[in-house]
Amino acid sequence: MKNKQNLVIVICLIFITFFILLLGLKKENNYLPQTTHFKIEDTLTLQSLYSDKKLFLNDLFLKDNFTLINIWASWCLPCKDEHPYLINLSKSFNLNIIGINYKDDNNNAKKFLLELGNPYKEVLIDRDGVKSIELGAIGVPETYLVNKEKKIIKKFIGPLNQNNFNEILNIVKK
Amino acid sequence: MRKIKFVVLFLIVFQALYTIALANENKINIDNISKNLRCLICQGQSIYDSQSEFALSMKKLIKNKISNGASEEEVYSFLKQKYGEWIVYDPEVNKNTILLWGIPLILFMFGGLLILRKVNIK
Amino acid sequence: MINQLGSYSLYICLICSIYLIYKSYFNQFISPKKVENKIFSVLSVQLFMTILSFSSLIYAFVLSDFSNLTAYNNSHSLKPLFYKVSGTWGNHEGSLLLWLLVLIIFLFIFFIKSKKLFFRYRILTILFQQIIIFGFLLFILFTSNPFINVFPLPSEGLGLNPILQDPALAIHPPLLYVGYVGTSIIFSSSLAALVCGTIDKIWAAHIKEWILISWIFLSIGILLGSIWAYYELGWGGFWFWDPVENVSLMPWFCLTALLHSIVVLKSRNLFHSWTIILSITTFSLSMSGTFLVRSGILNSIHTFANDPSRGIFILSFLFILVLLAIFIFFFNQKKIPDSSKKTFLISRETGILVNNWFMMYFLSVVLVGTAYPIFLEVINNSKISVGPPFYHKLIIPFLIPFLFFMAMGPNLKWIKNEKKTLNFLQLIIFSICLIVSYLIILKTDTNFLFSTLLFTFSFYLFFHVLKSFFQKNPSYSQKISHFGFSLFLISVLFNGILSKENSANMKVGDEMYFLNKKIIFENVQIKDGPNYRTLIGKFKLQEKKNTFEFKPEIRVYSQPETITSEADILSTIFSDNFLVFSLIKDDGYFNVRYQFKPLMMWIWLSVLIMSFGGLLSLIKKNEK
Repeated sequence: MKNKQNLVIVICLIFITFFILLLGLKKENNYLPQTTHFKIEDTLTLQSLYSDKKLFLNDLFLKDNFTLINIWASWCLPCKDEHPYLINLSKSFNLNIIGINYKDDNNNAKKFLLELGNPYKEVLIDRDGVKSIELGAIGVPETYLVNKEKKIIKKFIGPLNQNNFNEILNIVKK
Repeated sequence: MRKIKFVVLFLIVFQALYTIALANENKINIDNISKNLRCLICQGQSIYDSQSEFALSMKKLIKNKISNGASEEEVYSFLKQKYGEWIVYDPEVNKNTILLWGIPLILFMFGGLLILRKVNIK
Repeated sequence: MINQLGSYSLYICLICSIYLIYKSYFNQFISPKKVENKIFSVLSVQLFMTILSFSSLIYAFVLSDFSNLTAYNNSHSLKPLFYKVSGTWGNHEGSLLLWLLVLIIFLFIFFIKSKKLFFRYRILTILFQQIIIFGFLLFILFTSNPFINVFPLPSEGLGLNPILQDPALAIHPPLLYVGYVGTSIIFSSSLAALVCGTIDKIWAAHIKEWILISWIFLSIGILLGSIWAYYELGWGGFWFWDPVENVSLMPWFCLTALLHSIVVLKSRNLFHSWTIILSITTFSLSMSGTFLVRSGILNSIHTFANDPSRGIFILSFLFILVLLAIFIFFFNQKKIPDSSKKTFLISRETGILVNNWFMMYFLSVVLVGTAYPIFLEVINNSKISVGPPFYHKLIIPFLIPFLFFMAMGPNLKWIKNEKKTLNFLQLIIFSICLIVSYLIILKTDTNFLFSTLLFTFSFYLFFHVLKSFFQKNPSYSQKISHFGFSLFLISVLFNGILSKENSANMKVGDEMYFLNKKIIFENVQIKDGPNYRTLIGKFKLQEKKNTFEFKPEIRVYSQPETITSEADILSTIFSDNFLVFSLIKDDGYFNVRYQFKPLMMWIWLSVLIMSFGGLLSLIKKNEK
């Protein structure tokens, strides 16, 4: 009898393991840090691209509107691909967009914006990539949607596509 | 029988001491920290090993934090806040990981008991 | 044409498999003479067809026949011949075909070599092995067929990852697979022996050969993987506790425990249940390994193509096999000889029990560490990483008592050891080891107490193994293997404690000073290789009166576009000097990393010595 009991227990354990592993297969493998409602540190300052000033990132957010933070670089090809969406968002929908130029050369960055258009209300420089880490970035391009309470509510990793674009509009229009 | 119990107990205490000893180890070291961090854009490499942009920026950030006087724990909790638990290779002991650390030790004791049943001790 | 040949031969294999399963199940009790020849001929056909299939895949790769989808995806006409051939098994579909081939070859050899054994046992082994083969054939034919047609014919293949174009990596999979697949025969024959009720000394002596073969190949396979990682990946480490590495280590722990268990079964007719359970576990582990690596459930530098549907198939297949094994075990338990006999505390049997206890513990650490993140993510939706610190903290402290037991164990007598084991002489030896370790540790700045104890017991074991060579007990193979193992531990410890490294951003003309050595960055040259462009950095290392030249490379491959750093390593019997450089964003500057690593050669050699001991045992058995 004890043997039968052991058998049942073992079989149950095996089935449980099986189902957990089965579920594990369906999970997405790419890790997207979904730390939402993430507050940006008050002390985060960055150098501006077009002026000599050092600015507090928090100061650039508007009290009654959303802000989009876009991390980009002139050497980054997907950044070129997503750029039209940013232009669209800034011109047509008046979205407050702040650009952070990641590990780039100032002249190349300015040339990029001259050629493809400047959607940014302000462009900040992150020469060594350390500031972007403070925002929880992994690479370029990345885009963060910041709400009126100055909290990051959505992170887009990789270039923006049509779906992301629509999603941003949906949230901002409310 | 008592001797065996003593040995097992000794082993557990040993392990506890070891973990504590590791925690109190040497001066704060950028290499040690970066070896313990995962490069998030690489497949299975540490920040220390990787030469990707992300890893290089990370190493700089760690250096800055250390020279500003942060402790190893502070660096880890800062990064965990930004990137989640996943970025640190050493899983801390919390309610999520208690089984992780516990199961092998429980199995070890269980194995010991099985042996005791099989062995004739005068 | 190739594609038809390849897949039709596999379909024939499938038919053979069904036939063999049917025949072996229903003809268990029939007189062998009637059935043996039929089974042998069908088995031969199956073997021939598999060889034909595998050869046609190699043919497609070598001739760059890109009408074959696998060749198209993984090969390129510019690849050197050697890598075209090894590319055959360097991908998911091809590697599965290799698995299948080895499964059938082993069964074939088993059938031939076991002619003198009980017929029902042999035929049941075929039954169980064919069930495994059947499952693999279904998996290959319906989810991972290497013979899919590509139309229209592409002009060029998509190339293979350049990191995989390396001799060690070419041989590493076949060796590893022989190790893994070897466990299938152990599994099948254990179940067969269980059903027949013939788990005894004779069976133990016979199965020990297969365990040895599996163990030797697995050890060398893992060794080659580490050697490749060390020489090729450019970070100077050889083991990272990466999930795929762990997946090869787990069956190894099990096989080692099984090997020791079978020795007891052979000599003393004990531990029957444990041996069977270990056989089942070892095979389950190697199959789960296959699952974990190919299903996309793990995140690692090693993973094959991520395809969840394949994962579901392997997972289900694996669980069916495990359930089958468990049912057979439970319903045939009465047939296992009664071994409620207790062993004496101080005896070799208990020594082996203790060894297996620790092996199982180490196995559980690696298993939990690898599988836990998956479970946690499903249950709790939180993602954690389990990396080297976890494994070090749980394994290293337990190594200390393990080394002590390993030193004492082999010297104990069977049944009961009358002599006092821990006498005064032992104490003296221990003290000498302790003092030597203390002096060594004093010179480094590592964690004091534990390092000293670790070293002490490593030396203690080493000394005992050396001493055993002077004793009359003739089992040289065991001594050599134990010697290899203890040498391995000592080498790893020394290497761990005495390795030093330094890295800096340098441009041409810069010098680095480190450890009484001067490293000069002389120049950078650009050259074209067979399928890459390379940046060769010329460095000079000056040390005392000697000067050494290093030429690490940064290679840019075109198919597909990848950049790799190739380290230049100067290996001597005493140490390795390791130099690698990589591109950084700052123009003209490179990140240069230099490592001094003592006793690296000994780490590799000791594993070879350990495997050689196993080989020796195998040869001796065959001579009898």
